[in-house]
Amino acid sequence: MYDSGKIIAGLLIFVLFVTIPVWYNRGSAGAVPDLELPKDAKTCVLPAAEIRAEHMKLLNVWRDEVLRDGERGTFEVDGKQYQKSLMLTCMKCHTSKVRFCDRCHDYTSVNPYCWNCHLAPVE
Amino acid sequence: MFEKALKGNKYYWMWLAFLGFFIAVGVVSYLRQYYVGLTLTGMTRDVSWGLYIAQFTFLVGVAAGGVMLVLPYYIHNFKAFGRITILGEFLAIASLLMCMMFIMVDLGQPLRALNVILHPTPHSMLFWDMCVLWGYLILNALCGWVILTAERKQVAPPKWIYFFVYLSIPFAFSIHTVTAMLYCGLPGRHFWLSAIVAPRFLASAFAAGPALIVVMALILKRVANFDAGKEAIDKMVTIITYAAITNVFFLSLEFFVGYYSDIPGHQHSLQYLFFGLEHHGHVYNNLVPFMWGFVILFLVGISLITHPYTRRKSDLWLGIGCASIFTAFWLDKGIGFVLAGFLPTPIHEIVEYYPNINEIFVTLGVWATGFFILTVLYKIALGVEHEIEA
Amino acid sequence: MDTNRRNFLKVAGISTLAGLGGTTIVNRLIAGVDEAHAAAAAGAEMEQKAAETIRYGLVIDIKKFQQDPSLGEKAVNACHQIHNVPKFPEKRDEIKWIWMTHFENAFAESPNLYQDEANQTHLLPILCNHCDNPPCVRVCPTKATYRYEDGIVGMDYHRCIGCRFCMAACPYGSRSFNWRDPRPFIENINRDYPARTRGVVEKCNFCVERVQAGLQPACVEAVGDSKALVFGNLKDPNSEIRQILKEKQTIQRNPSLGTIPSVFYIV
Repeated sequence: MYDSGKIIAGLLIFVLFVTIPVWYNRGSAGAVPDLELPKDAKTCVLPAAEIRAEHMKLLNVWRDEVLRDGERGTFEVDGKQYQKSLMLTCMKCHTSKVRFCDRCHDYTSVNPYCWNCHLAPVE
Repeated sequence: MFEKALKGNKYYWMWLAFLGFFIAVGVVSYLRQYYVGLTLTGMTRDVSWGLYIAQFTFLVGVAAGGVMLVLPYYIHNFKAFGRITILGEFLAIASLLMCMMFIMVDLGQPLRALNVILHPTPHSMLFWDMCVLWGYLILNALCGWVILTAERKQVAPPKWIYFFVYLSIPFAFSIHTVTAMLYCGLPGRHFWLSAIVAPRFLASAFAAGPALIVVMALILKRVANFDAGKEAIDKMVTIITYAAITNVFFLSLEFFVGYYSDIPGHQHSLQYLFFGLEHHGHVYNNLVPFMWGFVILFLVGISLITHPYTRRKSDLWLGIGCASIFTAFWLDKGIGFVLAGFLPTPIHEIVEYYPNINEIFVTLGVWATGFFILTVLYKIALGVEHEIEA
Repeated sequence: MDTNRRNFLKVAGISTLAGLGGTTIVNRLIAGVDEAHAAAAAGAEMEQKAAETIRYGLVIDIKKFQQDPSLGEKAVNACHQIHNVPKFPEKRDEIKWIWMTHFENAFAESPNLYQDEANQTHLLPILCNHCDNPPCVRVCPTKATYRYEDGIVGMDYHRCIGCRFCMAACPYGSRSFNWRDPRPFIENINRDYPARTRGVVEKCNFCVERVQAGLQPACVEAVGDSKALVFGNLKDPNSEIRQILKEKQTIQRNPSLGTIPSVFYIV
């Protein structure tokens, strides 16, 4: 192979460059975030595993039903009535955005735009 | 073929660097706008479209103008356009890219632009405009590239490409018609609500587009040793002449309708553009100089490109004539048409629009990007031409 | 995964149903998915019914706003407070849902050389007309603005791309754009209603969030018993608003454009 020195050096630089996210963050994989759960509510609108995985989709469904289709009624889970609302349902139990939403979103490095418009409870 | 764009003389690189500077300024200005918001433009609640959409509207015309080379060459077999058809196609590509950039910088939520495709809405003219603009861009890129490649190999272009060449002709008309329909279908905006907007747009496009191509061809003759040929230039000047006169004729019809019918709504915008609009004792006239600039430049341009001496004997005068027509129609459509349509506002107030400096920098940046792309594309096209000659 | 999705769909389906059918039916249906399907069909039917039986409208009594100029201020403030409408220091950033203006501005298409004094000097409120044939909905390229079955023209701020085509199309100047982040300019924030983000268009929503929950719009509530604003169902021949329209002569803003507004003015 001609110019093997240059080629191998170039390849090395390339590999280092594309793996920046890995080595830049090495060893800093933080502990699983410690979420502050509501004290006075024991149940959510879905079982924990499901709401964890699907809450963003559920919020989109709610959004479309309430805002676009005008279906604003409540629904019942375990004998309790809920509105289809982030601000008026989710955040009434999860009263801290910082110690609930943000902790997980920061950990998973997602940046949902909900809060550009919606108002988090005062903390 | 891209390697052709990587070899050039000192002036080529200086020109690209010059454009690159404005691109950089535009990018920085756009980032400011992106993070602060469109409050960094001169637009308001009342004049809610400004320089960006006006440039977009004008450049759709420049893109459509390329068809004035494609149509005579492919439909009427006008051989003299053979060498320069590619200039028209590449100009269309650069103009369309500028159009799309102007739309993107105008959006309040640019990251959501794909919503137009995710939630297609056939009753919105903006949806159709997106379809025809993308269609025309793809057609031009495809036809230009395939035909240039064939030329380089010195073989006839493949037969199938002619289907797309012919398809691109109605597409050229459609892009400017649909762009006119963005405006002329809106109730309550009298200046725009006119069936002649689409024909007027086309007429102005078929003057401004070819005028720019003539200027380009004359510059390329001096700096790139590329001669479009006397016959081709002459024919284009004829096309420009008729199209330019048609545009102004259509505009004069608007004047007749407004002032003879004496219906205030049909006069207000024309009055505002050309004479200044009086409202509660104050005369609003910030666009008047631009519109008289349009009239004067049109008269100068049309004289230069029709007088036999300046038209045939002197490249310089011909170039100035075509540049005047181009600038005149830019003032007419790229400034006046869009801004005046918003006045008076629906509740009969007059709010004048003054572009913000940041907005002007973004606009310059987009124009510079367009000319950068155009330069590179022309460099490739001419590189191929020279290779064949050699 | 499969069970997750089914449960998810169940909640989605149930919540849809609840919105339309009320809670008693929900109790019975909570167990099964089949029933949820039936309910969805019932929901579509209900919606169809709403289109036939409901069209919300507003009557504005100009005389009453002239007699008591404080009414206008009350209506505007109530609306802007409840919907988190920002107040900018510069006019060029301005956002307004409902505002007071002169007769000659509101009814610019019917000028009068010798206008009566009251209309020359006093103000009247204007807002989105909630047209039956809304040009803004026609031009929106993403369906971010749309007409509910009950006649209210709504906005989906999540979907709006900020092209401002609707602002060019609206012949009443009812729409505003968020040229900058509105949050720092909201005076008294209402934490039961969202704010907006920069780069989207907004306008009066006829208090759809209140009306569809059985309340009156905020502006109507604010003017109290003065009857300066009367809100109601235009399709119900026995409604108060229809009685007023039967008894009094009313005008509409620029009706010749064929937009068929839902807002009427008693001159």
